[in-house]
Amino acid sequence: MSGSDQGRGSDVLDAQDRARFEQLVLPHLDAAFNLARWLLKSRADSEDVAQEAVLRAYRFFRGFHGGDARAWLLQIVRNTCYTWLEKNRPVELMTEFDEELHPQPSASPEALAIAGDNRERLTRALDTLPPRFREVLVLRELEGCSYKEIAAITAIPIGTVMSALARARQRLQRALTHPTPQEASREL
Amino acid sequence: MSCDYTRTVLHGYLDGELDAARAAEFERHLENCRECENSLAVAEALRSSLQCSNLYEGAPVSLRKKIRAGLDAATAPEAPRIPAWRWLAVAASILIVASVSWYAWPRYQNSTSSAPFSAAELIDAHVRSLQPGHLTDVASTDQHTVKPWFDGKLAFVPPVKDFSEQGFPLIGGRLDVLNGQNVAVLVYGRRKHIINVFVLPTREPDTPIHPPGLRQGYQWFHWRHQGMEYCAISDLSASDLRELAQLLYQ
Repeated sequence: MSGSDQGRGSDVLDAQDRARFEQLVLPHLDAAFNLARWLLKSRADSEDVAQEAVLRAYRFFRGFHGGDARAWLLQIVRNTCYTWLEKNRPVELMTEFDEELHPQPSASPEALAIAGDNRERLTRALDTLPPRFREVLVLRELEGCSYKEIAAITAIPIGTVMSALARARQRLQRALTHPTPQEASREL
Repeated sequence: MSCDYTRTVLHGYLDGELDAARAAEFERHLENCRECENSLAVAEALRSSLQCSNLYEGAPVSLRKKIRAGLDAATAPEAPRIPAWRWLAVAASILIVASVSWYAWPRYQNSTSSAPFSAAELIDAHVRSLQPGHLTDVASTDQHTVKPWFDGKLAFVPPVKDFSEQGFPLIGGRLDVLNGQNVAVLVYGRRKHIINVFVLPTREPDTPIHPPGLRQGYQWFHWRHQGMEYCAISDLSASDLRELAQLLYQ
Protein backbone atom coordinates (compact mmCIF):
# COMPACT_ATOMS: atom_id res chain seq x y z
CA MET A 1 0.00 0.00 0.00
CA SER A 2 1.20 3.48 -0.76
CA GLY A 3 1.38 6.23 1.85
CA SER A 4 -1.84 7.92 0.82
CA ASP A 5 -3.70 4.66 1.42
CA GLN A 6 -3.76 5.49 5.10
CA GLY A 7 -6.26 8.30 4.55
CA ARG A 8 -9.13 6.14 5.80
CA GLY A 9 -8.36 6.72 9.45
CA SER A 10 -7.88 10.48 9.20
CA ASP A 11 -10.51 13.20 9.39
CA VAL A 12 -10.72 13.62 5.64
CA LEU A 13 -14.02 12.23 4.45
CA ASP A 14 -14.46 11.02 0.90
CA ALA A 15 -17.26 10.90 -1.64
CA GLN A 16 -18.47 7.62 -0.18
CA ASP A 17 -18.88 9.11 3.32
CA ARG A 18 -20.59 12.14 1.84
CA ALA A 19 -23.14 10.03 -0.03
CA ARG A 20 -23.88 7.98 3.09
CA PHE A 21 -24.22 11.12 5.24
CA GLU A 22 -26.62 12.69 2.76
CA GLN A 23 -28.69 9.54 2.71
CA LEU A 24 -28.81 8.83 6.46
CA VAL A 25 -28.38 12.11 8.31
CA LEU A 26 -29.44 15.04 6.12
CA PRO A 27 -33.10 13.92 5.95
CA HIS A 28 -33.23 14.93 9.64
CA LEU A 29 -32.11 18.51 9.04
CA ASP A 30 -35.62 19.84 9.74
CA ALA A 31 -35.62 18.03 13.09
CA ALA A 32 -32.19 19.47 13.86
CA PHE A 33 -33.26 23.02 13.09
CA ASN A 34 -36.55 22.68 14.96
CA LEU A 35 -34.82 21.47 18.13
CA ALA A 36 -32.23 24.25 17.93
CA ARG A 37 -34.96 26.84 17.32
CA TRP A 38 -36.84 25.81 20.46
CA LEU A 39 -33.73 25.51 22.60
CA LEU A 40 -32.30 28.88 21.54
CA LYS A 41 -35.58 30.75 20.91
CA SER A 42 -34.11 32.54 17.91
CA ARG A 43 -34.11 31.56 14.25
CA ALA A 44 -30.89 33.40 13.43
CA ASP A 45 -28.90 31.83 16.28
CA SER A 46 -30.45 28.45 15.50
CA GLU A 47 -29.29 28.62 11.92
CA ASP A 48 -25.69 29.18 13.03
CA VAL A 49 -25.79 26.55 15.74
CA ALA A 50 -27.60 23.95 13.60
CA GLN A 51 -25.03 24.49 10.87
CA GLU A 52 -22.19 24.01 13.32
CA ALA A 53 -23.83 20.89 14.76
CA VAL A 54 -24.48 19.24 11.38
CA LEU A 55 -20.92 19.87 10.20
CA ARG A 56 -19.64 18.55 13.52
CA ALA A 57 -21.79 15.45 13.00
CA TYR A 58 -20.19 15.05 9.59
CA ARG A 59 -16.70 15.21 11.08
CA PHE A 60 -17.68 12.51 13.60
CA PHE A 61 -19.57 10.52 10.99
CA ARG A 62 -17.12 7.64 10.83
CA GLY A 63 -17.90 7.07 14.50
CA PHE A 64 -21.57 6.50 13.67
CA HIS A 65 -22.05 2.77 13.20
CA GLY A 66 -25.68 2.60 12.18
CA GLY A 67 -28.75 2.78 14.40
CA ASP A 68 -31.08 5.72 14.87
CA ALA A 69 -29.55 8.52 12.76
CA ARG A 70 -32.14 11.09 13.91
CA ALA A 71 -31.41 10.49 17.60
CA TRP A 72 -27.67 10.55 16.87
CA LEU A 73 -27.93 13.91 15.07
CA LEU A 74 -30.32 15.46 17.61
CA GLN A 75 -27.97 14.49 20.44
CA ILE A 76 -25.17 16.43 18.74
CA VAL A 77 -27.51 19.37 18.03
CA ARG A 78 -28.60 19.45 21.66
CA ASN A 79 -25.05 19.37 22.98
CA THR A 80 -24.02 22.12 20.58
CA CYS A 81 -26.99 24.22 21.71
CA TYR A 82 -26.14 23.81 25.40
CA THR A 83 -22.50 24.71 24.77
CA TRP A 84 -23.73 27.81 22.96
CA LEU A 85 -26.14 28.69 25.78
CA GLU A 86 -23.46 28.25 28.43
CA LYS A 87 -21.28 30.69 26.55
CA ASN A 88 -23.88 33.23 25.47
CA ARG A 89 -26.82 33.00 27.89
CA PRO A 90 -25.64 31.23 31.03
CA VAL A 91 -28.54 32.65 33.07
CA GLU A 92 -31.06 30.54 31.16
CA LEU A 93 -29.38 27.33 32.26
CA MET A 94 -29.48 28.18 35.93
CA THR A 95 -33.04 27.00 36.56
CA GLU A 96 -33.05 23.86 38.61
CA PHE A 97 -34.53 21.00 36.61
CA ASP A 98 -35.63 18.95 39.58
CA GLU A 99 -37.66 21.73 41.06
CA GLU A 100 -40.61 20.51 43.09
CA LEU A 101 -44.00 20.69 41.49
CA HIS A 102 -46.01 23.38 43.14
CA PRO A 103 -49.54 22.47 43.92
CA GLN A 104 -51.71 24.47 41.60
CA PRO A 105 -55.39 24.88 41.04
CA SER A 106 -56.31 22.49 38.24
CA ALA A 107 -57.38 24.18 35.06
CA SER A 108 -60.36 22.96 33.14
CA PRO A 109 -59.74 21.38 29.75
CA GLU A 110 -61.94 24.04 28.17
CA ALA A 111 -59.93 26.89 29.67
CA LEU A 112 -56.74 25.29 28.49
CA ALA A 113 -58.07 24.69 25.00
CA ILE A 114 -58.92 28.38 24.75
CA ALA A 115 -55.56 29.46 26.19
CA GLY A 116 -53.66 27.18 23.82
CA ASP A 117 -55.60 28.13 20.74
CA ASN A 118 -53.13 30.72 19.61
CA ARG A 119 -49.74 30.07 18.10
CA GLU A 120 -48.19 33.23 19.44
CA ARG A 121 -49.39 32.69 22.99
CA LEU A 122 -48.23 29.06 22.91
CA THR A 123 -44.82 30.09 21.59
CA ARG A 124 -44.50 32.71 24.33
CA ALA A 125 -45.53 30.22 27.01
CA LEU A 126 -43.07 27.62 25.72
CA ASP A 127 -40.31 30.20 25.59
CA THR A 128 -40.79 31.01 29.30
CA LEU A 129 -39.97 27.41 30.25
CA PRO A 130 -36.41 26.44 31.16
CA PRO A 131 -34.65 24.74 28.20
CA ARG A 132 -34.72 21.33 29.86
CA PHE A 133 -38.50 21.39 30.08
CA ARG A 134 -38.88 22.82 26.61
CA GLU A 135 -36.73 20.20 24.96
CA VAL A 136 -38.67 17.19 26.25
CA LEU A 137 -41.92 18.79 25.10
CA VAL A 138 -40.53 19.60 21.66
CA LEU A 139 -39.06 16.13 21.24
CA ARG A 140 -42.26 14.43 22.35
CA GLU A 141 -45.03 16.60 20.89
CA LEU A 142 -43.41 18.11 17.79
CA GLU A 143 -40.83 15.47 16.89
CA GLY A 144 -42.85 12.45 18.04
CA CYS A 145 -39.89 10.82 19.79
CA SER A 146 -40.38 7.77 22.00
CA TYR A 147 -39.24 7.85 25.62
CA LYS A 148 -36.25 5.76 24.62
CA GLU A 149 -35.23 8.26 21.95
CA ILE A 150 -35.77 11.20 24.33
CA ALA A 151 -33.52 9.49 26.85
CA ALA A 152 -30.82 8.95 24.20
CA ILE A 153 -30.97 12.54 22.95
CA THR A 154 -31.18 14.37 26.29
CA ALA A 155 -29.08 12.03 28.44
CA ILE A 156 -31.97 11.81 30.97
CA PRO A 157 -32.21 8.27 32.40
CA ILE A 158 -35.04 6.47 30.60
CA GLY A 159 -36.84 5.88 33.92
CA THR A 160 -37.26 9.62 34.48
CA VAL A 161 -38.42 10.70 31.02
CA MET A 162 -42.04 10.22 32.09
CA SER A 163 -41.71 12.45 35.16
CA ALA A 164 -39.71 15.02 33.18
CA LEU A 165 -42.58 15.23 30.71
CA ALA A 166 -45.11 15.41 33.54
CA ARG A 167 -43.28 18.38 35.04
CA ALA A 168 -42.81 20.07 31.67
CA ARG A 169 -46.51 19.77 30.83
CA GLN A 170 -47.54 21.18 34.18
CA ARG A 171 -45.16 24.09 33.74
CA LEU A 172 -46.53 24.83 30.30
CA GLN A 173 -50.09 24.54 31.50
CA ARG A 174 -49.34 27.02 34.29
CA ALA A 175 -47.62 29.40 31.87
CA LEU A 176 -50.67 29.29 29.62
CA THR A 177 -53.40 29.65 32.18
CA HIS A 178 -51.58 31.87 34.68
CA PRO A 179 -49.30 34.13 32.69
CA THR A 180 -46.83 36.27 34.63
CA PRO A 181 -47.75 39.95 35.02
CA GLN A 182 -45.45 40.84 32.10
CA GLU A 183 -47.09 38.17 29.99
CA ALA A 184 -50.54 39.37 30.93
CA SER A 185 -49.74 42.97 30.09
CA ARG A 186 -48.46 41.93 26.68
CA GLU A 187 -51.79 40.31 26.03
CA LEU A 188 -53.58 43.65 26.38
CA MET B 1 -53.02 17.45 43.58
CA SER B 2 -53.10 14.57 45.93
CA CYS B 3 -53.25 11.69 43.46
CA ASP B 4 -49.84 10.20 42.74
CA TYR B 5 -51.02 8.85 39.41
CA THR B 6 -51.55 12.37 38.14
CA ARG B 7 -47.92 13.24 38.54
CA THR B 8 -46.38 10.61 36.31
CA VAL B 9 -48.29 7.50 35.23
CA LEU B 10 -50.96 9.61 33.58
CA HIS B 11 -48.32 10.94 31.19
CA GLY B 12 -46.99 7.52 30.32
CA TYR B 13 -50.58 6.52 29.59
CA LEU B 14 -51.13 9.60 27.43
CA ASP B 15 -47.93 8.87 25.50
CA GLY B 16 -48.71 5.18 25.03
CA GLU B 17 -45.53 4.25 26.87
CA LEU B 18 -47.05 2.07 29.62
CA ASP B 19 -46.98 -1.68 29.31
CA ALA B 20 -50.36 -3.39 29.00
CA ALA B 21 -50.63 -4.30 32.69
CA ARG B 22 -49.89 -0.78 33.94
CA ALA B 23 -52.17 0.77 31.34
CA ALA B 24 -55.05 -1.47 32.45
CA GLU B 25 -54.34 -0.64 36.08
CA PHE B 26 -54.44 3.07 35.30
CA GLU B 27 -57.70 2.73 33.37
CA ARG B 28 -59.28 1.03 36.37
CA HIS B 29 -58.05 3.87 38.57
CA LEU B 30 -59.35 6.46 36.11
CA GLU B 31 -62.90 5.23 36.53
CA ASN B 32 -62.91 6.33 40.15
CA CYS B 33 -60.61 9.35 40.21
CA ARG B 34 -62.13 12.66 39.09
CA GLU B 35 -58.81 14.40 39.49
CA CYS B 36 -57.03 12.09 37.05
CA GLU B 37 -59.93 12.25 34.66
CA ASN B 38 -59.73 16.03 34.58
CA SER B 39 -55.91 16.06 34.40
CA LEU B 40 -55.94 13.65 31.48
CA ALA B 41 -58.40 15.85 29.60
CA VAL B 42 -56.22 18.90 30.31
CA ALA B 43 -53.08 17.09 29.16
CA GLU B 44 -54.86 15.99 25.97
CA ALA B 45 -56.01 19.55 25.28
CA LEU B 46 -52.45 20.75 25.80
CA ARG B 47 -51.12 18.13 23.44
CA SER B 48 -53.56 18.95 20.68
CA SER B 49 -52.74 22.67 21.06
CA LEU B 50 -49.05 21.91 20.68
CA GLN B 51 -49.54 19.62 17.71
CA CYS B 52 -52.07 21.72 15.84
CA SER B 53 -50.48 25.17 16.03
CA ASN B 54 -47.79 24.91 13.36
CA LEU B 55 -45.05 25.20 15.92
CA TYR B 56 -42.66 22.98 13.96
CA GLU B 57 -40.01 25.05 12.27
CA GLY B 58 -38.26 23.36 9.36
CA ALA B 59 -34.75 24.19 8.18
CA PRO B 60 -34.59 27.32 5.98
CA VAL B 61 -33.12 27.09 2.48
CA SER B 62 -30.20 29.31 3.49
CA LEU B 63 -29.18 26.72 6.11
CA ARG B 64 -29.33 23.89 3.57
CA LYS B 65 -27.06 25.89 1.24
CA LYS B 66 -24.54 26.63 3.97
CA ILE B 67 -24.45 23.00 5.02
CA ARG B 68 -23.90 21.87 1.45
CA ALA B 69 -20.96 24.26 1.15
CA GLY B 70 -19.58 23.08 4.50
CA LEU B 71 -19.81 19.44 3.42
CA ASP B 72 -18.04 20.28 0.16
CA ALA B 73 -15.20 21.86 2.10
CA ALA B 74 -14.90 18.89 4.45
CA THR B 75 -14.92 16.25 1.71
CA ALA B 76 -11.83 15.23 -0.22
CA PRO B 77 -12.31 16.02 -3.93
CA GLU B 78 -12.93 12.96 -6.04
CA ALA B 79 -10.08 13.71 -8.42
CA PRO B 80 -6.97 14.66 -6.45
CA ARG B 81 -5.67 18.15 -7.21
CA ILE B 82 -2.26 17.96 -8.76
CA PRO B 83 -0.03 21.05 -8.82
CA ALA B 84 1.09 22.43 -12.16
CA TRP B 85 4.72 21.31 -11.85
CA ARG B 86 3.53 17.76 -11.42
CA TRP B 87 1.54 17.99 -14.62
CA LEU B 88 4.76 19.01 -16.36
CA ALA B 89 6.44 15.97 -14.83
CA VAL B 90 3.55 13.79 -15.91
CA ALA B 91 3.68 15.21 -19.44
CA ALA B 92 7.44 14.60 -19.56
CA SER B 93 7.03 11.04 -18.35
CA ILE B 94 4.33 10.42 -20.92
CA LEU B 95 6.78 11.54 -23.60
CA ILE B 96 9.39 9.16 -22.23
CA VAL B 97 6.89 6.33 -21.89
CA ALA B 98 5.67 6.97 -25.40
CA SER B 99 9.14 6.86 -26.90
CA VAL B 100 10.22 3.87 -24.82
CA SER B 101 7.07 1.95 -25.57
CA TRP B 102 7.67 2.54 -29.26
CA TYR B 103 10.47 0.00 -28.78
CA ALA B 104 9.11 -1.98 -25.90
CA TRP B 105 5.58 -2.40 -27.22
CA PRO B 106 5.96 -5.85 -28.83
CA ARG B 107 6.99 -7.36 -25.48
CA TYR B 108 4.01 -5.83 -23.72
CA GLN B 109 1.79 -7.09 -26.51
CA ASN B 110 2.99 -10.64 -25.85
CA SER B 111 2.46 -10.44 -22.16
CA THR B 112 -1.10 -9.21 -22.59
CA SER B 113 -2.05 -11.29 -25.61
CA SER B 114 -2.31 -8.25 -27.85
CA ALA B 115 -4.38 -5.59 -26.22
CA PRO B 116 -5.62 -3.40 -29.07
CA PHE B 117 -3.94 -0.31 -27.63
CA SER B 118 -0.52 0.56 -26.30
CA ALA B 119 0.55 1.08 -22.71
CA ALA B 120 1.32 4.70 -23.53
CA GLU B 121 -2.17 5.30 -24.87
CA LEU B 122 -3.62 3.65 -21.82
CA ILE B 123 -1.61 5.75 -19.35
CA ASP B 124 -2.28 8.84 -21.41
CA ALA B 125 -6.02 8.25 -21.28
CA HIS B 126 -5.88 7.56 -17.54
CA VAL B 127 -3.88 10.71 -16.77
CA ARG B 128 -6.11 12.80 -19.03
CA SER B 129 -9.15 11.60 -17.11
CA LEU B 130 -7.71 12.90 -13.83
CA GLN B 131 -7.73 16.49 -15.06
CA PRO B 132 -10.52 18.49 -13.46
CA GLY B 133 -13.83 17.82 -15.15
CA HIS B 134 -12.58 14.98 -17.33
CA LEU B 135 -13.23 12.01 -15.10
CA THR B 136 -16.88 11.28 -15.77
CA ASP B 137 -19.53 12.17 -18.32
CA VAL B 138 -22.15 10.60 -16.09
CA ALA B 139 -21.43 10.86 -12.39
CA SER B 140 -23.49 8.41 -10.39
CA THR B 141 -22.97 5.72 -7.83
CA ASP B 142 -26.01 3.94 -9.20
CA GLN B 143 -25.29 1.22 -11.73
CA HIS B 144 -28.85 1.61 -13.02
CA THR B 145 -28.08 5.21 -13.96
CA VAL B 146 -24.65 4.60 -15.46
CA LYS B 147 -25.54 1.59 -17.61
CA PRO B 148 -28.48 3.15 -19.50
CA TRP B 149 -26.37 6.24 -20.06
CA PHE B 150 -24.09 4.25 -22.37
CA ASP B 151 -27.06 2.98 -24.28
CA GLY B 152 -27.09 4.42 -27.81
CA LYS B 153 -23.71 6.11 -27.42
CA LEU B 154 -21.71 3.03 -28.33
CA ALA B 155 -22.28 -0.02 -30.48
CA PHE B 156 -22.15 -2.15 -27.31
CA VAL B 157 -23.31 -1.92 -23.71
CA PRO B 158 -20.64 -2.51 -21.06
CA PRO B 159 -21.59 -4.48 -17.96
CA VAL B 160 -21.89 -1.98 -15.08
CA LYS B 161 -21.77 -3.05 -11.46
CA ASP B 162 -21.28 -1.12 -8.26
CA PHE B 163 -18.85 -2.66 -5.75
CA SER B 164 -19.34 -0.21 -2.86
CA GLU B 165 -19.75 -3.05 -0.42
CA GLN B 166 -16.42 -4.50 -1.46
CA GLY B 167 -14.75 -1.09 -1.09
CA PHE B 168 -14.82 -0.06 -4.74
CA PRO B 169 -17.70 2.41 -5.11
CA LEU B 170 -18.79 3.18 -8.64
CA ILE B 171 -18.18 6.87 -9.32
CA GLY B 172 -19.53 7.10 -12.86
CA GLY B 173 -18.74 6.47 -16.50
CA ARG B 174 -17.53 8.27 -19.62
CA LEU B 175 -16.71 7.76 -23.27
CA ASP B 176 -13.08 7.75 -24.32
CA VAL B 177 -10.99 6.93 -27.36
CA LEU B 178 -8.17 4.38 -27.36
CA ASN B 179 -6.19 3.74 -30.53
CA GLY B 180 -8.89 5.45 -32.58
CA GLN B 181 -11.62 3.26 -31.15
CA ASN B 182 -14.53 4.42 -29.00
CA VAL B 183 -14.45 2.74 -25.60
CA ALA B 184 -16.60 2.82 -22.49
CA VAL B 185 -14.88 3.73 -19.24
CA LEU B 186 -16.22 2.80 -15.83
CA VAL B 187 -14.78 4.86 -13.00
CA TYR B 188 -14.38 3.37 -9.54
CA GLY B 189 -12.95 4.79 -6.34
CA ARG B 190 -10.80 3.15 -3.73
CA ARG B 191 -10.16 5.46 -0.77
CA LYS B 192 -8.77 8.53 -2.55
CA HIS B 193 -7.60 6.63 -5.63
CA ILE B 194 -9.32 6.65 -8.97
CA ILE B 195 -9.56 3.52 -11.09
CA ASN B 196 -10.43 3.66 -14.77
CA VAL B 197 -11.78 0.47 -16.31
CA PHE B 198 -11.69 0.63 -20.11
CA VAL B 199 -14.18 -1.67 -21.80
CA LEU B 200 -14.52 -2.44 -25.50
CA PRO B 201 -15.92 -5.33 -27.51
CA THR B 202 -13.64 -8.02 -28.90
CA ARG B 203 -13.92 -11.13 -31.08
CA GLU B 204 -10.92 -12.75 -29.41
CA PRO B 205 -11.42 -15.69 -27.02
CA ASP B 206 -11.59 -15.20 -23.21
CA THR B 207 -8.34 -14.94 -21.29
CA PRO B 208 -7.59 -15.03 -17.58
CA ILE B 209 -6.53 -11.82 -15.87
CA HIS B 210 -3.01 -11.19 -17.13
CA PRO B 211 -0.13 -10.34 -14.81
CA PRO B 212 -0.09 -6.63 -14.01
CA GLY B 213 1.59 -4.10 -16.23
CA LEU B 214 3.55 -1.44 -14.41
CA ARG B 215 4.89 1.84 -15.71
CA GLN B 216 5.50 5.27 -14.20
CA GLY B 217 3.77 4.31 -10.99
CA TYR B 218 0.59 3.13 -12.75
CA GLN B 219 -0.56 -0.47 -12.67
CA TRP B 220 -2.97 -2.11 -15.01
CA PHE B 221 -4.64 -5.45 -15.45
CA HIS B 222 -5.92 -6.65 -18.79
CA TRP B 223 -8.27 -9.51 -19.64
CA ARG B 224 -10.99 -10.63 -21.98
CA HIS B 225 -14.24 -12.06 -20.86
CA GLN B 226 -17.45 -12.84 -22.68
CA GLY B 227 -16.70 -10.81 -25.78
CA MET B 228 -15.40 -7.78 -23.92
CA GLU B 229 -11.90 -6.53 -23.53
CA TYR B 230 -11.11 -4.99 -20.13
CA CYS B 231 -8.25 -2.93 -18.88
CA ALA B 232 -8.27 -1.59 -15.30
CA ILE B 233 -5.65 1.06 -14.53
CA SER B 234 -4.84 3.06 -11.40
CA ASP B 235 -2.05 4.27 -9.14
CA LEU B 236 -3.44 1.80 -6.62
CA SER B 237 -1.34 -1.11 -5.37
CA ALA B 238 -1.40 -4.19 -7.60
CA SER B 239 -3.11 -6.31 -4.93
CA ASP B 240 -5.97 -3.84 -4.50
CA LEU B 241 -6.37 -3.42 -8.23
CA ARG B 242 -6.40 -7.18 -8.74
CA GLU B 243 -9.25 -7.38 -6.24
CA LEU B 244 -11.37 -5.12 -8.44
CA ALA B 245 -10.32 -7.00 -11.57
CA GLN B 246 -11.51 -10.23 -9.96
CA LEU B 247 -14.83 -8.66 -8.96
CA LEU B 248 -15.33 -7.47 -12.53
CA TYR B 249 -14.33 -10.85 -13.94
CA GLN B 250 -17.11 -12.69 -12.10
